[in-house]
Amino acid sequence: MIFELNEEQSLIRQTVRTFAENEIKPDAAARDEAERFDRALMFDKLGELGLTGIIFPEAYGGAGADYISYAIAVEELSRVCASTGVTLSAHLSLAANPIYLFGSEEQKQRYLVPLAAGSKLGAFALTETAAGSDAGGTRATAVRDGDHWVLNGTKIFCTNGGEAELNIVFARSDKEAQKHHGISAFIVEKDSPGFSFGKKESKLGIRSSPTRELVFDHCRIPAGNLLGAEGSGFKIAMKTLDGGRIGIAAQALGIAQGAFEAARDYARERKQFDQPIAAFQAVQFKLADMATEIEAARLLVYQAAYKASAGQPYGKESAMAKLFASDVAMRVTVEAVQVFGGYGFTRDFPVERMMRDAKITQIYEGTNEVQRIVIGTAVTR
Amino acid sequence: MNLDLNEEQQLIQQTARAFAAAQLAPVAGPLDQGGDQQPFFDNLLKLAELGFMGLNVRAAYGGAEAGAVAFSVALTEIARACAATAVTLSVSNMVCELIQAIGSADQCRNYIPRICSGDYPAAAFALTEAGAGSDPAALTTSAVSDGAAWVLNGSKVFITSAPYAGVFVVWAVTDKQAPRGQGISCFLVEGGTPGLAIGKQEKKMGQHAAATNEIVFTDCRIPRSALIGRLNDGFRIAVSELAGGRIGIGSLALGVGLAATECAIRYALERKQFGQKLADFQAIQWKIADACTELEAARLLLMNAAFLKEQGRPFARAASMAKLFATESANRACYEALQIHGGYGYTADFPVERYARDVRVTTIYEGTSEIQRLIIARDVLRDFD
Repeated sequence: MIFELNEEQSLIRQTVRTFAENEIKPDAAARDEAERFDRALMFDKLGELGLTGIIFPEAYGGAGADYISYAIAVEELSRVCASTGVTLSAHLSLAANPIYLFGSEEQKQRYLVPLAAGSKLGAFALTETAAGSDAGGTRATAVRDGDHWVLNGTKIFCTNGGEAELNIVFARSDKEAQKHHGISAFIVEKDSPGFSFGKKESKLGIRSSPTRELVFDHCRIPAGNLLGAEGSGFKIAMKTLDGGRIGIAAQALGIAQGAFEAARDYARERKQFDQPIAAFQAVQFKLADMATEIEAARLLVYQAAYKASAGQPYGKESAMAKLFASDVAMRVTVEAVQVFGGYGFTRDFPVERMMRDAKITQIYEGTNEVQRIVIGTAVTR
Repeated sequence: MNLDLNEEQQLIQQTARAFAAAQLAPVAGPLDQGGDQQPFFDNLLKLAELGFMGLNVRAAYGGAEAGAVAFSVALTEIARACAATAVTLSVSNMVCELIQAIGSADQCRNYIPRICSGDYPAAAFALTEAGAGSDPAALTTSAVSDGAAWVLNGSKVFITSAPYAGVFVVWAVTDKQAPRGQGISCFLVEGGTPGLAIGKQEKKMGQHAAATNEIVFTDCRIPRSALIGRLNDGFRIAVSELAGGRIGIGSLALGVGLAATECAIRYALERKQFGQKLADFQAIQWKIADACTELEAARLLLMNAAFLKEQGRPFARAASMAKLFATESANRACYEALQIHGGYGYTADFPVERYARDVRVTTIYEGTSEIQRLIIARDVLRDFD
């Protein structure tokens, strides 16, 4: 057993932290306030740093690093700006990774290479109004028409939606099949005919990450853009989400770490009853619980990432990491606001934003309720 | 990072698991109910023969040199079957490591092999007093030198293994004038020394097979050579050695929590209500999912602390985090496991009733959860300086 980062992982931590502190952090509050996605900063620069394809082989424009390095990158970005963290996570885990895992060599060259390089942004479109936790309820359709597939339907809550050049879209290609059967995955380019963008959501948190509705109205895409085998969409979605959970768990971990550091620093400075509030046991205990839970979350996240890179099964571990880290992020940010008192409730301090941002980590990429079912099923099998 | 156990650690884990299933599990229930104590002592001797009394001790002293990670996984496996055996093992290992860390060559040669070999059934750690629990600097047992010997007076409470411990590590005040915590020293006192009386055995909620007693020193004379470590350095010794013990207790709690959760899973797969297995109800699945997730996080915290210790790096904060989290989550896991068993869980017909009692003390001994939080908070606030 070795519980320490290797040189490459440490270097990635240093590099991303410096970048995040110097460039992502300064305007994070302003972007949140304005609901502004600053693509040049929040995505293009990640590409320049080699983060947009960090886990993919160099042959596909990636950095050839492991999942722990990727988790560290998302964690460090989210420590100062959760919206930037999820931009990377959704792009890499949900859009680029299924192409890497299930795409043909031609698809990889054509689509994975620009995604990995950061010249194109990716998105993942699974959720529909009636198909949230139950992806088997997918209603969007795909009908083969000669050399094309014709897509119809609407996807909602799509992270990077409207901005992404490449979208992984799930639709029912076999009308006769029921539930999770008969669904296929497709790669849809932004300028495909019949593809448009609907409502952009106004959200509680991660407000500088765009979340948008995708509308397919007789959208024609080349037959070659079917990803994986016809009818294997559900399997592709679930496999993709297994990995995606590592990204979201890392995002939650970063949010928790940022809020903890803010609370710790404030507790040292703020005086009441003639002493820093950090001298009171009530505040010390909050900080101790935060630090302990964050450390536990970090180990769960890195364990899931370690297993993913080592080629070991990691579905249960990534569900545990996502469940635990997101619950920790919520508890820690709520307590961090409490440590700040009235100031914590204002937008003058970052913990207010962090608490709003944390909430989504318990919901997306499989609600924590679904994670518990995944874990409960795995351990009672 | 490499989060897999190496071959040696896996082997020790398997050995401990097999021994626990074959030897400890069958007697744990009867021992808890006050049955014949002999199997308890027989098992301690067998565990010594397997090398489990000095897992992190040099071979020259009869130890296994297996490291802190192996110690943690072994303790967890033992505790899955019998927490009382596990706590005895944990304290004996802690005493071995303390003697190895600060003892003279003579002290090491004299005592460690006897603990490791099973010649002594157990060793004891005598710090706590009636008025000095979380605040050990308040202890009042005294050690006065009369030239030829140290003379001990006072009493200690809650001493694990006292009636059969071959040797006690005893903390006593050697300089009454010194500032708080700076006039305490540490001594090795052999069981049976005149003037050392074993007082009343506590009636406890759990861990029944492991004796917990008061011990009383009345003009107890021990040789000059019984001083271990530097004079008046005892408080620092206690604080630093307890950090290692915390990995032991955290690992023990993890074992009990896992055992309870396994019982709950087995029961949930068998028991039917409303025409289906309990395991098919989401309410039950969630309890199990939460317990498994928290125990997995606890295991990683323990492994992390043990790794740091093994590397010779500072590990006090990591050990406190591991102890705090493992014991608190093991308590939750045991109570939820009992809840899953319903009324049957409240009866002694199912082992989960014993687990729920056995686990309770883990958030209390070797530093309460409250003390762990203070240690962690001080450390994270110090980082900031």
